[in-house]
Amino acid sequence: MATAASDTLKPTGAAWRDMIAGALRRHPTMIAGFVILGAMIAIAILAPYLWTIDPQAVSPIRRLRQPSELYWFGTDMLGRDIYSRTIYGARISLAVGLSVALFSTLVGLVFGLVTGYVRLADTIIMRVMDGLMSIPPILLAIALMALTKASVENVIVAITIAEVPRVTRLIRSVVLSLREQPFVEAAIASGTGFVRILARHILPNTVAPLLVQGTYICASAMITEAILSFIGAGTPPNIPSWGNIMAEGRSLFQIAFYIILFPGIFLSLTVLAVNLVGDGMRDALDPRLARRM
Amino acid sequence: MAAVLSPERAPAAADSAPLLEVVDLKKHFAIRKGLLSRVAGYVYAVDGISFTLRAGETLGLVGESGCGKSTAGKTILKLIEPTSGVVRLRGRRINNLGRRDMRPFRREMQVVFQDPYSSLNPRMTAGDIVGEPLINYNLARGSEIADRVAYLFGKVGLRPDQMIKYPHEFSGGQRQRLGIARALSLNPSLIVADEPVSALDVSVQAQVVNLLMDLQAEFGLSYLFVAHDLAVVEHISHRIAVMYLGRIVELTDKQSLFARPLHPYTEALLSAVPIPDPQMQRKRIILMGDVPSPINRPAGCHFHTRCPYAEAHCRVEEPAMQEVHPGHFVACHLRQPETPASKPVS
Repeated sequence: MATAASDTLKPTGAAWRDMIAGALRRHPTMIAGFVILGAMIAIAILAPYLWTIDPQAVSPIRRLRQPSELYWFGTDMLGRDIYSRTIYGARISLAVGLSVALFSTLVGLVFGLVTGYVRLADTIIMRVMDGLMSIPPILLAIALMALTKASVENVIVAITIAEVPRVTRLIRSVVLSLREQPFVEAAIASGTGFVRILARHILPNTVAPLLVQGTYICASAMITEAILSFIGAGTPPNIPSWGNIMAEGRSLFQIAFYIILFPGIFLSLTVLAVNLVGDGMRDALDPRLARRM
Repeated sequence: MAAVLSPERAPAAADSAPLLEVVDLKKHFAIRKGLLSRVAGYVYAVDGISFTLRAGETLGLVGESGCGKSTAGKTILKLIEPTSGVVRLRGRRINNLGRRDMRPFRREMQVVFQDPYSSLNPRMTAGDIVGEPLINYNLARGSEIADRVAYLFGKVGLRPDQMIKYPHEFSGGQRQRLGIARALSLNPSLIVADEPVSALDVSVQAQVVNLLMDLQAEFGLSYLFVAHDLAVVEHISHRIAVMYLGRIVELTDKQSLFARPLHPYTEALLSAVPIPDPQMQRKRIILMGDVPSPINRPAGCHFHTRCPYAEAHCRVEEPAMQEVHPGHFVACHLRQPETPASKPVS
């Protein structure tokens, strides 16, 4: 909503850059989050060039090797290189986490706005959401996966459907309270159109709760994907994801702990990074907090 | 600042058509209960109020919490749909207009809210907040907006360099000035001020009230000034309407209200105003009991449950609004035009 008019009242491009740089200085944990997340994304993209071998290559003769110079993270019970599998696994985990966070916040935002403004839609949509919320999200995702074939896309869709009710409920409650705020009434009284009220007064004030919820969903979707893979309802077993590497290593934990350890570290680091970025962005985008300190 | 000290000046063109005319305005909120949202009752927030407001005049609307004075203001602005009644602006009926037809009239009447914190969007800069109405009505474009906003900032006593600040960087009084600048930006004829100073501390209250009076003198504004603080209302108003449980019980000019209140409720309200002299004693009228619920109101005169002079027929018959003296309206069985006030206040 950068109209020509509002531009004149806002800082110029250079000032914006200063503000962003200042926000970064004030939020070192957010930078840490960005660095870790960026590294994970780089790893996922550059997987073939990071001294990996085919993550699906089976070599029974070299099974259950300890981490060594040749096999950095060791090998699993089929002799597959855990390092290669972990690096390639970043692709699945990140793709699932980020796309579930994006789609479920977008869909939840739209549903939340509609239910917050249209009473008829509110009664219908919210009853459906209540129904979905009464099923634990993992079970719902398992049930949805059981209906379709195992693929990354279906995992994303299943986890998104399981997460949407929570976002909808959150945004609906935010919209309902914002609608009654005097600043919205003052905007109506000064002739502000409906679209502009949504864009300038309602949406910007949903950003903070949406970001927090979105980063939480991103982290929890990666874990849900790991759980789905773990119980064999997620990505097909030949495609490595952090979840199914750990699932396969579970029974061998006592003799080959490194199978679980390395994908576990990657998963925890990524989840941590996403949460750091989310918290930092919420503070940086809030004018009340951004200029303090 | 000379205008500040002369609130008694006669309203301009007293005999012309009123700027705002409200006739028998009602707003009843339905209370819904149960699975099927059955209507279980109504809150009679505003129950048939009538008054007129001339150009350049300030009408104070006073009453205790929950008497419906804020709802009355919002209903007149059509922020809340009235249940029934007529609102006319410059003789044109506006309460039945749709959203699009209402748009030109919105320009004429603006609002200043009580809470200077929640009435400004925390994510917009002060300049954007004041400039938004200009964009809505295409009154300025490009750099004109910033110029106009800077002019408005000056009018309300803010510096133009504060335009890029966010609301949380202002004090309560400055925020209220921002709210006033936003209301002024469309050059309205009427401003509904919904307890604009009750959230501010006393020294700032005086500044904001004086600012409102300066602006009235400069732009010929009319105010519907909703408040519960009688001292503030006495300072700023030309006429005062006293509300009790959704109805106006007394309506007259400021001087006669304070010198000769006719309704027993007004008497009690006035006797509660503190006098800045600890030695001075005055007859206090202490009302017993609480305000009755606006859901189950007493029959007859709504005030009879707490009225020290209530008689038998007060409990049965609703008093009508009558002009007891020229320009002095009161709704009380004990104050009939032929029998002047029998119980004057000390």
